[in-house]
Amino acid sequence: MKAKTADKIATAVIIAVSGLIVLVLAGLLGYILIRGVGHISFDFLTSPPETIRIGGGIGPQLFNSIFLLVLTMIITIPIGLGAGIYMSEYAPANRITNFIRLIVEVLSSVPSIIVGLFGLLVLVNMFNFGFSLFSGALALTVFNLPLMVRITEQGLKGVPREQKEASLALGLTKWKTITSVMLPISMPVVLTGTILAAGRVFGEAAALLFTAGMSSPRLDFTNWNPLSPFSPLNPFRPAETLAVHIWKINSEGLAPDASQIAAGASAVLVITVLLFNFGARWLGRYMYRKFTAIK
Amino acid sequence: MNSIIEINDLDLFYGDFHALKHVNMEIPEKAITAFIGPSGCGKSTLLRTFNRMNDMIAGTRIEGKVEIAGTDIYSNEVDVETLRKRVGMVFQQPNPFPKSIYDNVAYGPRLHGISDRKKLDEIVETSLRSAALWNEVKDHLKRSAYSISGGQQQRLCIARALAVEPDILLMDEATSALDPISTLKIEELAQELKDRYTIVMVTHNMHQAARVSQQTVFFLNGEVVEYSETEQLFSNPTDQRTEDYISGRFG
Repeated sequence: MKAKTADKIATAVIIAVSGLIVLVLAGLLGYILIRGVGHISFDFLTSPPETIRIGGGIGPQLFNSIFLLVLTMIITIPIGLGAGIYMSEYAPANRITNFIRLIVEVLSSVPSIIVGLFGLLVLVNMFNFGFSLFSGALALTVFNLPLMVRITEQGLKGVPREQKEASLALGLTKWKTITSVMLPISMPVVLTGTILAAGRVFGEAAALLFTAGMSSPRLDFTNWNPLSPFSPLNPFRPAETLAVHIWKINSEGLAPDASQIAAGASAVLVITVLLFNFGARWLGRYMYRKFTAIK
Repeated sequence: MNSIIEINDLDLFYGDFHALKHVNMEIPEKAITAFIGPSGCGKSTLLRTFNRMNDMIAGTRIEGKVEIAGTDIYSNEVDVETLRKRVGMVFQQPNPFPKSIYDNVAYGPRLHGISDRKKLDEIVETSLRSAALWNEVKDHLKRSAYSISGGQQQRLCIARALAVEPDILLMDEATSALDPISTLKIEELAQELKDRYTIVMVTHNMHQAARVSQQTVFFLNGEVVEYSETEQLFSNPTDQRTEDYISGRFG
């Protein structure tokens, strides 16, 4: 009887705790969305911000966030895939490899503000990239790389040994086996991880304060020459992202509608990150079905 | 009969473990040779030296000589990929790639540089016919390889191995995961294939060895105990241990 009572209490506690977590999360999301969604309009999403007048938008910031994301992934994906493939398939199982693995883990848990300051000292000042999208992308790469390496490694390790042997036994080289059998099989895992990493980039603020900067030049969306300082495509211009904008507007916004703008921008940010997460899950499942299921 | 594989004083070590001891053997061309013996006796290990799949296991050391068609396959000049093209392998579990039936068979030839669509179609058809699978799958070659039964999958794996035109086909307990009917089909298939390929099969099932092979090798603790024509080995074994094993006294 006593064991049964204990079991009942444990079950009740676990349900209560999970319920509490769900409630907190739902409350948080609901609060952000209810406060912000009303402020989202096409105009809000496309027009530039105002410093002291009412009616500013988040157009350039939204663009900056997306562009920075693309830049970061362009740098992260090849390096991360390469390192992941090395760690999984080529690195000998010894102390050095384990040490590298440990370093990668540590790297992923460095506080983002430290990464930001490191970026300021090394990228912005020492290498003279200035406050720019490029500096920001490199700083974010520091974050995302460990995740990317680990995901790729796990993805490849998850490929059944039989599949690998089947390919090798046909006389295919190791490299061809990796690219034509193992990577496609691990694709759902790697892709899901990549999108989740991308979602993190979107929400990151602290690491960007000192690298991508807190201002955006007046962008001319008709100028697509990447070398012009006013072109949105120039990777060497400063760029305030959405997350940084929210932080700035909340702490020093002068416009009368600053709090609404912050609320609206937060809602946009949350919605985008949610879309990334759902998108990742959906795509992962879709790819898995595509590679394995009965058509 | 001509022999195609010749093994001279082969010793194989996994680290400190002496897995194969002084193996000497000749394997005849265009015939089926069966390796029998209890688990861990070294039969799969020897099979995997023929296409150098043991290379993947760290700490493997080899002494002695394995010659295929007169070439020492462990010499430095031998390219492992070329060797594996000539020595195909079918594994214990059917292991088709998560691709379509067509792509599974076309995979090897494609990556070995054949890109002509017509030529590939031809290879896929001949290979599937050789593996006695063509009639069952010809109408849905684009379907996932996982949509067919386990026995069909194993024949697909045979077709995939045949598509790169090997001379030798290694079967590592290729029927142990299949039902009796599928097993029978694979055995019949092996009988047909032996006219064109040299087949070496590892099997747990003594009856299978007796049914399909011409030569049988009995292994025990990394040693070749007895090696002779199948009929001879089963009806009149010369070694007491062979007799004990085939009469079911151990293993």
